[in-house]
Amino acid sequence: MTSYLRIDHVDKNFIRGGAETKVLSDVSLSVEKGQFVSIIGHSGCGKTTLLNIVAGLTRASTGGVLLENREVNDPGPDRAVVFQNHSLLPWLTVYDNVRLAVDKVHRSTKSRSERHAWTLHNLDLVQMTHAKDKRPAEISGGMKQRVGIARALAMEPKVLLLDEPFGALDALTRAHLQDSVMALHQKLGNTVLMITHDVDEAVLLSDRIVMMTNGPAAQIGEILDVPLVRPRKRLELAGNTTYLKCRQRVLEFLYERHRFVEAA
Amino acid sequence: MSTVANEVPVTSRAKIGASQGFARPSITIVVASAAWLAVAAVVRFWPDTPDSDWAHTGDLAIILAAFGGALAVAGLLSSAFVPVMQRVRRIAPWLIVLAVFIGVWEIVTAKLALLPLPFFPPPQAVLEVFIDDWSKLGASTLASLRLLAGGYLIGAAIGFTAGVVIGWSPAFGYWIHPILRFIGPLPATAWLPLAFFIFPSSLSASTFLIALATGFPVTVLTWSGVASVSTAYYDVARTLGASKAFLVFKVAIPAAMPHVFVGLFMGLGNSFAVLVVAEMLGVKSGLGWYLQWAQGWAAYANMYAALLVMALACSGLITLLFRFRDHLLAWQRGLVRW
Repeated sequence: MTSYLRIDHVDKNFIRGGAETKVLSDVSLSVEKGQFVSIIGHSGCGKTTLLNIVAGLTRASTGGVLLENREVNDPGPDRAVVFQNHSLLPWLTVYDNVRLAVDKVHRSTKSRSERHAWTLHNLDLVQMTHAKDKRPAEISGGMKQRVGIARALAMEPKVLLLDEPFGALDALTRAHLQDSVMALHQKLGNTVLMITHDVDEAVLLSDRIVMMTNGPAAQIGEILDVPLVRPRKRLELAGNTTYLKCRQRVLEFLYERHRFVEAA
Repeated sequence: MSTVANEVPVTSRAKIGASQGFARPSITIVVASAAWLAVAAVVRFWPDTPDSDWAHTGDLAIILAAFGGALAVAGLLSSAFVPVMQRVRRIAPWLIVLAVFIGVWEIVTAKLALLPLPFFPPPQAVLEVFIDDWSKLGASTLASLRLLAGGYLIGAAIGFTAGVVIGWSPAFGYWIHPILRFIGPLPATAWLPLAFFIFPSSLSASTFLIALATGFPVTVLTWSGVASVSTAYYDVARTLGASKAFLVFKVAIPAAMPHVFVGLFMGLGNSFAVLVVAEMLGVKSGLGWYLQWAQGWAAYANMYAALLVMALACSGLITLLFRFRDHLLAWQRGLVRW
């Protein structure tokens, strides 16, 4: 059986000023439909490059990405991205930012009033209906990220790509948004690929955690299954042995076997 | 003094006014009113220099007194008119300065004749121009505005299009950029002799020059605006499955608008300069021509009147542009207020 999303022997080289750097080396990964997969690694290890390749924003040097057995070459609405920041267009209101995506993706399948309702529905999913007429500059970082998620969900993508979506947020807001994302994943059953550098976040949210070695020429070092039942509760997990074991495994990988090399 | 009240933010002042039921009469407005009435009295009761023949001294006094009276009413308005009163109170210090200026001007010209005529006519002489020559002045203003509008709109449209094209397409940029660098910095007025010779009419020549003066800054700033759009915005749009046209019209252009407006502002300033020169040297209408004509007749009062109209018109147009920008760029923070 072939998997839903397949990253197949991907290499990525960047050429700058005549010098060639290998960023990713022979990365292969399969994601099943409905799975929540995290990619964790130290900064600079090429996580974001890998996500951009899946998104179609960057081309792999060799190898490729298959989504439902079709090769990914360009960015497209079947792979919605939630960026770390700068993801909302500042001249559009919250509503218009989501509506832009809805109009783009559902123009031929939904009527005008359906698109309006669908926009509001998705804002409602992330509890942002109250701020729908505000501009991005008028809302907090956490709210912006919620809108980014709403926009991605509204596109009904086959895969949801999250690029360190909570990285720029304070701890409380982050925990709150993580819970929201978990609840949405539970409810909608999306296939999710998330980049993170937060061990707790990875263990809490994921079905599988992909650990990357340090760059240059980063590879997949280890893949860990997280056999925790859903729905997961942050507080109950704090003392759960499976949770703690998973956490321990990831920490060992990151801090003992592939310690971050300063100024590499 | 009421300067203290002026420092309180507008919102809290409104609350104070509302809670009292009646707003306190503003001392500044009362002073301003008194100043205008005093100037009116000076104009009316201090006789003009003996051998003068200004016909509208009395009219000037009436206008000044009427304005002073209106200010007095505004100063005593009840809280029902708090917003109006606050606006008046805000500009009241300037109104006092203006009254003093008119008073001094009146005294050193009409009353004491300290400044030489005909170069420094008194206020009533300028008023006389507005009363007697308003039709020619009005027609000139209209002619100027029509010429300016034509040239400016053409220049802005072409400059904007060229800027987007250069900013977006390196291939077009390759051909347009050197021309822009070579011809752009040349003052549009330098083309004047040639333009009047090449174009069939002075009107079309002037329109071309104004368009040229407007187009250069608009092009350069639109271009820099499009070139400096964050790639993150493009990435966002591309993940939505955006086409090239979508990226240009829904991402690049809106994101570049703050720059575009700086270009439109600079272009407007340039266009005023070219307009006046073109009217003085070729077009036989408009405010520039009116100035030239007044100089020929040594009609200095007419020149002051025309300058006044010109200042009001130019300032008004720039205000209009800024209003338009504020409306369109409400999303941008920290805009400069005009």
